[in-house]
Amino acid sequence: MSDNLLSLMTFFPLVGMIVVLFLPREADRLIKSVTLVVTIITFFISLPLAFDDVFKTSAAMQYTEFARWISIGDYFQMNYNVGVDGISLWLVLLTTFIMPIAILSTWQAIDKYTKAFMALALLLETAMLGAFISLDLFLFYIFWELMLIPMYFMIGIWGGKNRIYASVKFFLFTAVGSLLMLVAIIYVYYFSVKVGVPFENGFSVAHFYNLDIPGNLQNWLFLAFAFSFAIKVPMFPVHTWLPDAHTEAPTAGSVILAAILLKMGTYGYVRFAIPLFPEATQTYTPFLATLCVIGIIYGALVAMMQEDVKKLVAYSSVSHLGFVMLGVFAMNLQGLSGGMLQMINHGISTGALFLIVGFIYERRHTRLIVEFGGIAKKMPIFATIFLIITLSSIGLPGTNGFVGEFLILVGAFESELRWFAVIATTGVIFAAVYMLWMYQRVMVGKLKNPANETLKDLNAREIVIMLPLLLFVFWIGIYPNTFFEKMNPSLENLIDQVKAKQQVAMMVEEVEQAPIKIVVND
Amino acid sequence: MISVYHYMTIAAILFAMGTYGVLTRKNAIVIFMCIELMLNSVNLTFIALSRHLNNMDGQIFVFFVMTVAAAEAAVGLALMISFFRNRESIDVEEIDLLKW
Amino acid sequence: MYNYLWLIPIMPLIGCIVNGLLGKKFIKNEKAIGAIATLAVFSSFLLSVKYFFQLLGDPVKTHQQVVFSWMSVGDLQIDWGFLFDPLTAIMLLVVTGVGSLIHLYSIGYMHGDPGYYRFFSYLNLFVFAMLMLVTGNNAMVMFVGWEGVGLCSYLLIGFYIDKKSAGDAAKKAFVVNRIGDFGFLLGVFLLFWTLGSEHGVWTLNFVDLAHHGHVLGFGGTVVTIVTLCFFLGATGKSAQIPLYTWLPDAMEGPTPVSALIHAATMVTAGVYMIGRMNVLFAMSPTTMMTVAIVGAMTAIFAASIGFAQNDIKRVLAYSTVSQLGYMFMAMGVGAFTAGIFHLMTHAFFKACLFLGSGSVIHSMHHALHHAHLDDDAQDMRNMGGLRKKMPITFITFAVSCLAISGVPGLSAFFSKDEILWWTFGSTRGMWYVWAIGAVAAGMTAFYMFRCLYMTFYGKEKTDARAKDHIHESPLVITIPLMVLGLLAVVGGYIGVPAILGGSNHIHHFLEPVFGHASEIYHIGIKEAMHHNHALEYGLMALSIAIAFLGIAVASVMYLMKPELPAKFTKMFPKFHRLVFNKWYIDELYDAIVVNPVKAFGTFCWRGFDVKVIDGVVNGVAKLVGLCSAGLRHTQTGLFHNYALAMVLGMVVMVAVFVLR
Repeated sequence: MSDNLLSLMTFFPLVGMIVVLFLPREADRLIKSVTLVVTIITFFISLPLAFDDVFKTSAAMQYTEFARWISIGDYFQMNYNVGVDGISLWLVLLTTFIMPIAILSTWQAIDKYTKAFMALALLLETAMLGAFISLDLFLFYIFWELMLIPMYFMIGIWGGKNRIYASVKFFLFTAVGSLLMLVAIIYVYYFSVKVGVPFENGFSVAHFYNLDIPGNLQNWLFLAFAFSFAIKVPMFPVHTWLPDAHTEAPTAGSVILAAILLKMGTYGYVRFAIPLFPEATQTYTPFLATLCVIGIIYGALVAMMQEDVKKLVAYSSVSHLGFVMLGVFAMNLQGLSGGMLQMINHGISTGALFLIVGFIYERRHTRLIVEFGGIAKKMPIFATIFLIITLSSIGLPGTNGFVGEFLILVGAFESELRWFAVIATTGVIFAAVYMLWMYQRVMVGKLKNPANETLKDLNAREIVIMLPLLLFVFWIGIYPNTFFEKMNPSLENLIDQVKAKQQVAMMVEEVEQAPIKIVVND
Repeated sequence: MISVYHYMTIAAILFAMGTYGVLTRKNAIVIFMCIELMLNSVNLTFIALSRHLNNMDGQIFVFFVMTVAAAEAAVGLALMISFFRNRESIDVEEIDLLKW
Repeated sequence: MYNYLWLIPIMPLIGCIVNGLLGKKFIKNEKAIGAIATLAVFSSFLLSVKYFFQLLGDPVKTHQQVVFSWMSVGDLQIDWGFLFDPLTAIMLLVVTGVGSLIHLYSIGYMHGDPGYYRFFSYLNLFVFAMLMLVTGNNAMVMFVGWEGVGLCSYLLIGFYIDKKSAGDAAKKAFVVNRIGDFGFLLGVFLLFWTLGSEHGVWTLNFVDLAHHGHVLGFGGTVVTIVTLCFFLGATGKSAQIPLYTWLPDAMEGPTPVSALIHAATMVTAGVYMIGRMNVLFAMSPTTMMTVAIVGAMTAIFAASIGFAQNDIKRVLAYSTVSQLGYMFMAMGVGAFTAGIFHLMTHAFFKACLFLGSGSVIHSMHHALHHAHLDDDAQDMRNMGGLRKKMPITFITFAVSCLAISGVPGLSAFFSKDEILWWTFGSTRGMWYVWAIGAVAAGMTAFYMFRCLYMTFYGKEKTDARAKDHIHESPLVITIPLMVLGLLAVVGGYIGVPAILGGSNHIHHFLEPVFGHASEIYHIGIKEAMHHNHALEYGLMALSIAIAFLGIAVASVMYLMKPELPAKFTKMFPKFHRLVFNKWYIDELYDAIVVNPVKAFGTFCWRGFDVKVIDGVVNGVAKLVGLCSAGLRHTQTGLFHNYALAMVLGMVVMVAVFVLR
């Protein structure tokens, strides 16, 4: 059982999808219930990972599975090679945790082509889980691309008015990046075979980590990976697909997109781009950190002026993920674990914010801030939950957002990115401005719009959706060590690896430069 | 004595006729028959060369080609019938739905 | 020993959760809700009192309790830990003591409000946050409280959710506080990193900081920057120049909130923080000087605005800002004890003043409401002559006015005088700070008596229809007033200076906290002045004289010749407008900060995001579209063209193959 836990977890939704496809099209409730049950079962399948103490002590991959898959002659080999360590652990669990919530949020929101939606959602879950556990770059790429398609349809079919534009934009942006990455992946493989790594290893990341790729080549390959992941994160200035995609996507789509798909980009940096090309990372860190900081401030400023709540939340994601990336580039334990934690935090808080926007959208069919105002009176439970989530997004101590941001900034401050950290800290102020201003305009004040008079407070289903998220807001805020203790061994290992390689590269550089000096002196 | 060159010449003539027909005729049935002509000219080449080279591969290929041709005939004719039902014509000049 | 220390902050949290979750649907009863909230705070108070007395007899003065680890990542180890020492003990007594009284008061004041349960829930949450702030044993737990009080301030200022001005004020308070928090965070980062990477002390624990802080070196750049960052945090929380603007606006909240948050507790957090980190501050004379000067500037500046305000609560608000300036002056010249002492006495008399004004507003509001008038219940021009109608409120208010003015024998006299003496005579003192402080003291006396006279003396200016409905508030309101009034009188006697025959208990009590740093960094009264009793007496007499001068001027202008102020206004109309409009500082901030940021945000969005980035993206798409529009004409859809192309292609390929 536990030998194949990861495969079982990953492909169970796919089995569920097949089941859903055979259900009668009109049985709306049945389809939704089956999907919900499938995602919940998937969550329970993944749960043993959360309680496995091996992650506290070991940095190695756990639950690994290996099988030969596609081989062409004696020059191409691709393996089914999966496993999970402290880095992917919580992202896998976040995925299985968010999916039932996302499905539950569709209960009333999705009323056409339910079957197709649910099938796509389940396919998406398989793809996301697969991408997080892949240890073979090619396998990762397949899952990575597989995620694109269901999301493309989710936005394109169930989206808002401008959905076609948004979905095509989303697709093209991501596809451009992934094609560059594909080229880079193939090149790395080619290189590895050339330097004598047996081709049977396929695209195994573990083997690629040990490659000694020359500096110039590293730079190009890193840029290809970095570009692809930067689009997914999204980092300034390739972020513009995000607001459109988020605004048009149905609530469940936005939640999945924000909570998990975006993490694919940041995860890609941590798992692939940085450890594969440590020297190039070092070269480009100042540049990328600048983009992060611009993203933090820029995202916040643009979010501040938005008129559409959902777009505001989307831009706030740009800001938050700027923090995550800043932590990652700090390349020390505080920054990296803060970044990893902030990924989870963002999944929870922003996911919850999209759900919240979905709640009012379902009631009023508008998301414009001016349409609201003073609805706290009509919806007190909603107001409280909204406030808590807002505060978590602002990063109030005691909530999850603070722990992540604090560690990221401490980490960045301890690294060479000190001044970036100082500027990024101003993002803390802006976050308060745009979130509270929005909250104030939507929730408090006089109830002026008569259309809001009849608003109903959250029903039991909606409260049930939010409760687990609220639980984690406080859990992570008060006792984040549950998460740290399991991811830190892997992160420490990663940092050691990267730092060691960077140092070797620096020493080589010095040695190379030294004779020239002597010649000059002579 | 009829040598392999004769067979090849015949096949070439048949193929050219088929090509000419495909390019010039408007009636889809005729075009279709021209394509059959081309296929069969190729078959002839295969068999002739197979005999000439004492190798059975060519003969086997001919079977494949014939199978494909049969399938193609079935599908092609079905397409034409359905098209004729819609347009009351099988003139290929009128079949330009794929136009820009 | 002090095993239940963690219970002190947790009790109000429990109260908050109970009222917040159950208040609306299950408890409902106002009295029960109020009782739960009040008891929650009162139980913390009792525990604080117990521990206070325990500490008095305890030779060890610093006690820590770690509940569990909060963040444990590599070198960064932060615990949910609590600290109990004399400074915390005093803060606990003030916060829970005054807090309990204000809770009690609120039971009466908030009577009939639809958000009753919400109010008490927030109020308890606030006390929780404040207690976290004063009991935290490291900078991050303090920061939890630090931000927490900001949040509660946001919630409570914006409590009347119908009022747009309340919402705006709440947001302003939170955002301005956040600017301060930004400074605090930077200070923490720099401190943590420098101590850790350069000196191997990875800590944010206050006790460790007090022990190891000296490694940063006296007068070092780092320690100066760190403390300046922390001081930025303090200016936000304690409403000092340049971040004071939120506090007067914060008067939009219910009056007990103003009393609790904006007089007695939250705004003193900055002072407490400097006290807590006195070792670091003592090491940087530059920062200390900055603190003292900013404090002095704030004291006089806010006092000047207080001259021309007509809203009773705004007068008190500016007076608070001004008094906080006094405390910072004290901290800046190294009079840590005096600063904390003034913090305490201020908590008493200012809470009393705010609650007194609340009592007036409460009855004014009812009276006006009864008479169906919508005059402003907080405008002093609508009051006057209330002393006969509300005797208890009047007496307590008047006593507090006397106290804040520094009339000898009352609480603030001792604390204020101690501060002034230190600004003059301390090794870190500066004569001009003393001068500003003395002038500000006179101004304080003036505007406080102006407020007193306008409200309680003179002609009854309330609309005749409402006049008869004004009456004294119920006991639940007046009891806290009387207790606080009493404290405003006697509170100073724990710090009577030696020169007046006292033994300055508070000084000795706080010695373990402040003594160490003061000793090694030579902070104290200058040798030359130490025994110069004549000078000390002289200064004291001078400050008393200034206080009485202020009172006298106010009496002349607002009691004997009430036509004088109007004449004065007419004489200097521009000046009056300037002061009345608070020197246009809010407008200035709007013009140089708020609006440019908004404009820049709009530019980023509409100008850059939409036009430039999306312009490029859509431009590429359009370019591709244009190309295909041209190329698609090759697709005729005609069978023959495709067939011909195929044949030609074949021919070309064969030709290439053959001819090569």
